[in-house]
Amino acid sequence: MGKILKMIAQRLGLGLITLLVVSLIIFLGVELLPGDLAEAILGQAATEETVAAFRRELKLDLPAHERYFDWLFGIMQGDMGKSLANQRQISELIGTRLGNTLFLAMVAAIISVPLAVTLGVLAALYRNSFYDKCVNVVTLTSISFPEFFVAYILILFLAVKAGIFPSISNVSPDTDLWDRVYRVALPALTLTLVVIAHMMRMTRAAIINLLASPYIEMANLKGMPRSRIIVKHALPNAWAPIINVIVINLAYLVVGVVVVEVVFVYPGLGQLLVDSVSKRDIPVVQAASMIFAATYILLNLTADILSILTNPRLLHPK
Amino acid sequence: MELSMVLKEFWKELKKAPGTAWVGLAIIVFYVFLAVFAPFLTPYGESEVVGYEFEPWGENFALGTDNLGRDMATRLIYGARNTIGIAFITTALTFMMGSITGFMAATLGGWFDQALSRVVDILMAIPSLIFALLILTITGTSIPALIIVIAVLDSTRVFRLARAVSMNVVVMDYVEVAKLRGEGLWWIMNREVLPNATAPLVAEFGLRFCFVFLFISALSFLGLGIQPPTADWGSMVRDNATLITFGDITPLLPAGAIAMLTVGVNFVVDWFLQLTSGLRDEH
Amino acid sequence: MSTENGSGETSTQTSYGKGGGEKGEVLLEMRGLKIEGMADDVWHEIVHGVDVTLHRGEVLGLIGESGAGKSTIGIASMGYAKPGCRISDGTIMFDGMDLRKTPEHQLRKLRGARIAYVAQSAAASFNPAHKLIDQYCEMPVQHGVKPRSEAEQEAKDIYARLRLPDPDNIGFRYPHQVSGGQLQRAMTAMAMSCRPDLIVFDEPTTALDVTTQIEVLAAIKDIVEQFNTAAIYITHDLAVVAQMADKIMVLKLGDMIEEGFARQMIEEPKEEYTKALVAVRTFRKDEDIPKEESPILKVENVTASYGGGVMVLKNVSMEIHKQKTVAVVGESGSGKSTLARAITGLLPPLEGTVTYHGEVWPNALKQRNKDQLRRLQMIYQLPDTALNPRQRIRDILGRPVEFYVGKKGKEKTQRVRELLDMIELDPDQFINRYPGELSGGQKQRICIARALAAEPELIICDEPTSALDQLVAEEILKLLDRLQKELHLSYMFITHDLATVRAIADEIIVMLLGEIVEQGAKDDVLNPPHHKYTDLLLSSVPEMDPDWLDNLLAERAARKAKGEAIMESMDN
Repeated sequence: MGKILKMIAQRLGLGLITLLVVSLIIFLGVELLPGDLAEAILGQAATEETVAAFRRELKLDLPAHERYFDWLFGIMQGDMGKSLANQRQISELIGTRLGNTLFLAMVAAIISVPLAVTLGVLAALYRNSFYDKCVNVVTLTSISFPEFFVAYILILFLAVKAGIFPSISNVSPDTDLWDRVYRVALPALTLTLVVIAHMMRMTRAAIINLLASPYIEMANLKGMPRSRIIVKHALPNAWAPIINVIVINLAYLVVGVVVVEVVFVYPGLGQLLVDSVSKRDIPVVQAASMIFAATYILLNLTADILSILTNPRLLHPK
Repeated sequence: MELSMVLKEFWKELKKAPGTAWVGLAIIVFYVFLAVFAPFLTPYGESEVVGYEFEPWGENFALGTDNLGRDMATRLIYGARNTIGIAFITTALTFMMGSITGFMAATLGGWFDQALSRVVDILMAIPSLIFALLILTITGTSIPALIIVIAVLDSTRVFRLARAVSMNVVVMDYVEVAKLRGEGLWWIMNREVLPNATAPLVAEFGLRFCFVFLFISALSFLGLGIQPPTADWGSMVRDNATLITFGDITPLLPAGAIAMLTVGVNFVVDWFLQLTSGLRDEH
Repeated sequence: MSTENGSGETSTQTSYGKGGGEKGEVLLEMRGLKIEGMADDVWHEIVHGVDVTLHRGEVLGLIGESGAGKSTIGIASMGYAKPGCRISDGTIMFDGMDLRKTPEHQLRKLRGARIAYVAQSAAASFNPAHKLIDQYCEMPVQHGVKPRSEAEQEAKDIYARLRLPDPDNIGFRYPHQVSGGQLQRAMTAMAMSCRPDLIVFDEPTTALDVTTQIEVLAAIKDIVEQFNTAAIYITHDLAVVAQMADKIMVLKLGDMIEEGFARQMIEEPKEEYTKALVAVRTFRKDEDIPKEESPILKVENVTASYGGGVMVLKNVSMEIHKQKTVAVVGESGSGKSTLARAITGLLPPLEGTVTYHGEVWPNALKQRNKDQLRRLQMIYQLPDTALNPRQRIRDILGRPVEFYVGKKGKEKTQRVRELLDMIELDPDQFINRYPGELSGGQKQRICIARALAAEPELIICDEPTSALDQLVAEEILKLLDRLQKELHLSYMFITHDLATVRAIADEIIVMLLGEIVEQGAKDDVLNPPHHKYTDLLLSSVPEMDPDWLDNLLAERAARKAKGEAIMESMDN
């Protein structure tokens, strides 16, 4: 057991270091820019005074490391500074939007994960059947579609032609849960369609890989029924690869929301990020990037740790 | 003689190929044709304003006009040239960087491998869209910046693959034979490792191209990629999206054009992967 | 074990369960069995109509080289074909049932309960997620033969009979917590769990060291006799099958060559192919030329490690003389291959020196010059991985010719052709081929030619014959011997196979856990008195005599009873 704890501690430590390095990159990337940031953003026409005021605003007059630690400790306490564009507290801007984004990703995950895993396992079990070949063509096509293509097709048919769902997903903090689900239906469906194909293909590959192992053949030769082979022999060894597939795709979902939020004008973190990038509102971009990166790293870390915890060789050391 | 042999072999395999591979190849050939001969196939100039805004499909404008009154069909064809061209250059750059560093890491090993691998781990810990957005905020959106940023971020994946593939080759006894003979690094990389690592890398080139192509389109769609007046499919969707709400499918055309090419490339790559994995089973 | 009564009556007993029925009645009868395998999207026949008859309580050995179809036939007796194969014709009658006509769900009831299987690699064939005893109890419980508690009790009993250490508790371990030889016995135990009528053993000892193999063989033989179980024993090693089987069937490329009683088959084989198989380990090199005064290669007090403080080689010293073969013998983990890596400089020794013709060579490969590299060449165990699959034979051989000797163009091609002639491959036919178009033996010949291309004085051969079929291996040994005479070469020959050592060695070095336990001239080492490890190693090599295993076990037991110290395998 000690070995497992040590490995998990190692992974956690590594995750923490990665997070720190990422924060450094996100913060210092701005420093590496050739020329002066203030001038670059305000443009050639800006007067000396506005530039100076801008520098004070961004605290560009302080040394870099001081600003970095200020920023980092600020974020840890929930204070991310002020937006350049409208002078509002970033934490305020982000708060509800982060909730909205997570809600959307969650709805998509709840639909897609069970569906994708089931369909993927079925494709693996009946590989080279007609069903499997269809799955291959359909998923291959679907992973080739850009998210906005899927989104607009859904809008065209389900919103404009059929009028079942709204084409714009405007929610506010006081929208109740069912109304909220109704409004995010189309963006969630879009995300589901995009992510499900990836997940199915990966699940199928992982299971086929597993079914080729000699111990599965042995179970066949022991005369075990098919269902028992799947449940008792394949599944205990399949957890690690399946969990891995799920988490990778969840991480992808969290990032994939960016484009979808823009299409459906959904007030989430992704849309804020895109807006701030076009306005070059650097503090907001930094804060939003940090949140996205942290979620992503955390999810991958979870996958790592879960796959350690489900590995029989590690669970029962010599 | 070698080349004709290869072509013959290719033709033999192609005849056995599934329908999807044929469809994929046809799509790719069609797109390349459009991209190369764009100026001869289009009635108007790339960013020439020739009519009113959002004119419907008709005799003068087969697919109508866009939000500024430019011919939709013309811009679609030019879009093939711009979007595919930029994606291809980016992918090529990605591959050069990723595979050379990957091979070197596998062959040299030691601290060189360790250092590069840690850097790549960190870069891959940040989702590339977020990273790209962050950097584009700083550098601003120009085509060279776009190409370099995406190439660097995406080369991490090629690095991982190239390193893993050549790691499998480097442990082979024939590489040890070459070392024992006294061969240098270049000979070993070029003659022993590379020829045995090409198949998975070729397939990866296809997949990376799809990824880069979709990635650039997404950025353009967000208004942060290829900038106007250059015709580009991603931004064409964005510019004309409002038509959708009137039930007009015109904005779906550039989006569909993107989808069709990636479908085509994916079909061909899928066939190629099955082919090479089959070959590996035989020997 | 049993004598054929020739009755040939098939019983129509259909009851499931313990090995009822009388000894001597026909249990399994396969007629005109044809099996096809899929390659290049086309079905190819790989077994061309073979007949197999097996009586109750009888052990049938299926023997043949790779591609003979022996595993495929063995597993077909369960009505099963591996993925990518199909049984295309013939009948498989098992105890009155035609397995080809039996529906799949009934076959599943049969498998494990009445016909069990023991795989070659127990390590891969046990499910890593379950304890050994759970995997043992699965069959009896699922097939409804006996309840869990009874099965568990029996498991401990069988573990004890198979002489597994700590039989009461070993079942509660996971597969990866148990050594290879023990796992193979645990798998045999598992096959016994429903007291089947028939067990198929698919090369159960091929992956094991000789000293471990003995224990597994003894355990299998014992348990099959105790329960009077019929068995099909599949192997490529005639000496092994001679110990285990009542009858032997020789197969070649999907055809039956000869069938008969084990003793008769060994003593008076009828077919040419069988004769060759029986005679396979009889090659001996001619008596030798006098030993020269000073050695070519001298290794002094070499110590090496892969890092981490564990010494894989401890203070090893040896010499190799001109036109002599020094065989380095040991089991896996003995450090014999590491010694080769230390000498070549791939793993520079931490201490000690390598002296060549009196000149001390740098320890690290990178500091040696081209001429030093040229004089010492190497041949590997797996010709598949030792040849670059993307290079033609012309380039594989041409490169060292150009690199070391400096020949180019026509001269180079001429030399490559000479080399191909030397290894008995027709230059016109082979010079433009890729390694993928060659058989295993031909590939190893190319590896030898590549070593010769450097015009070396000493070749290190790292188990060059152990991955090859026995007949092919023998041809390679003869070739190496001929080349030694013609080119006055010296060999350092690393092997785990004492039969090979007997064939080609002038001197022998026995290694154990990184140290040399015994070394000297061949006759001195092979004849008593031995070091006790040499003794264990020598006595564990299977001989063609069908009584060899019984005699050996009796002798070991007797010596143990007398209180003599004898060494046991590393496995327990």
